[in-house]
Amino acid sequence: MERIKALKQITKQLKDELVICNIGFPSRELYHVKDSFKHFYMLGSMGMASSIGFGLAMAQEQKVIVFDGDGSLMMNLGSLITICNQNPSNLVLVVLDNECYGSTGNQCTYASVTDLKKVAEGVGFQNTFIYTESVDKIDFTPVLKSQGPVFVHVKVKPGNANVPVIPMEPEEIKERFMNELKK
Amino acid sequence: MDSSQAVFEGLMKAGIDFAVSVPCVNLAKLMDMIDCNQEITHIPVTREEEGFGIAAGAYMGGKKPAILMQNSGLGNSINVLASLYKLYKFPILMIISHRGTEGEFMSAQVPMGEATPGLLDTLEIPYLNPKTPEDALKLIPESWLLAEMGGSPLGILLDIGFW
Repeated sequence: MERIKALKQITKQLKDELVICNIGFPSRELYHVKDSFKHFYMLGSMGMASSIGFGLAMAQEQKVIVFDGDGSLMMNLGSLITICNQNPSNLVLVVLDNECYGSTGNQCTYASVTDLKKVAEGVGFQNTFIYTESVDKIDFTPVLKSQGPVFVHVKVKPGNANVPVIPMEPEEIKERFMNELKK
Repeated sequence: MDSSQAVFEGLMKAGIDFAVSVPCVNLAKLMDMIDCNQEITHIPVTREEEGFGIAAGAYMGGKKPAILMQNSGLGNSINVLASLYKLYKFPILMIISHRGTEGEFMSAQVPMGEATPGLLDTLEIPYLNPKTPEDALKLIPESWLLAEMGGSPLGILLDIGFW
């Protein structure tokens, strides 16, 4: 399925979870399908999504969902090792894997050969899930019922939806998110 | 007063309750102190850039974060400092063991040591440079407030002579 469809199906099944979303089109697509005060959209620092989400999970008790990409996860693979060793029970790391750098012109990543779910399992993740490209409907219930840290591998088609940039200033994104957390 | 003890007490007075770290030999004692303290969550990380990401998330979750690292880690973190910290105005205290300064015995540390203040200046990251434990104890307690009010990382550069 397309990434925007996966984002739509997963966010529909979320309730109170906090969401950290990766830089580029993933954030734009998420903002387009569903915006929330509980969403933090990255506009820079490629690779940092899993780390930001992990730090947030360690700092408070609400469940944190991270939408990361294959290219950006590979840019910060050490993050998997830290997360696994620290073992946050409230963290779900979703990797939307289109096997390419989708926001810069679909250049291939190594994810077509290197299986990122196996990488996560090799690092020590106990709870992992895979939704293959042929899956038409993502049932996220088992993921949300699992004890974290959870690694979710979602294979999606390359390509971006035609959605506009997020009309918010970076500071506004951060302040809105932090004010929501203080409630 | 012991230099590591002075930095530790400064951090406690500043209210730091979350620390990420990559080791340096000069930070070893300080890292042990932080590790043993129940009031600070301490997360060793694989790379400084990752540590900055984690600290930004922790800040949004209500923590007052610091990073402990060698100045070489600044080189690993330029993009996250510019396109996460400066862009969104995130605060953090950067406790930096500044190698390659006067008294350095490893020539390999010198190029990055010399580049460090200029890199901070280029990123418009302010920094303090306490020369003695007494200085550190005076400067560090107020430093978190400076970082948070300025919406910016604040460096605490600790030269070889400091230890």
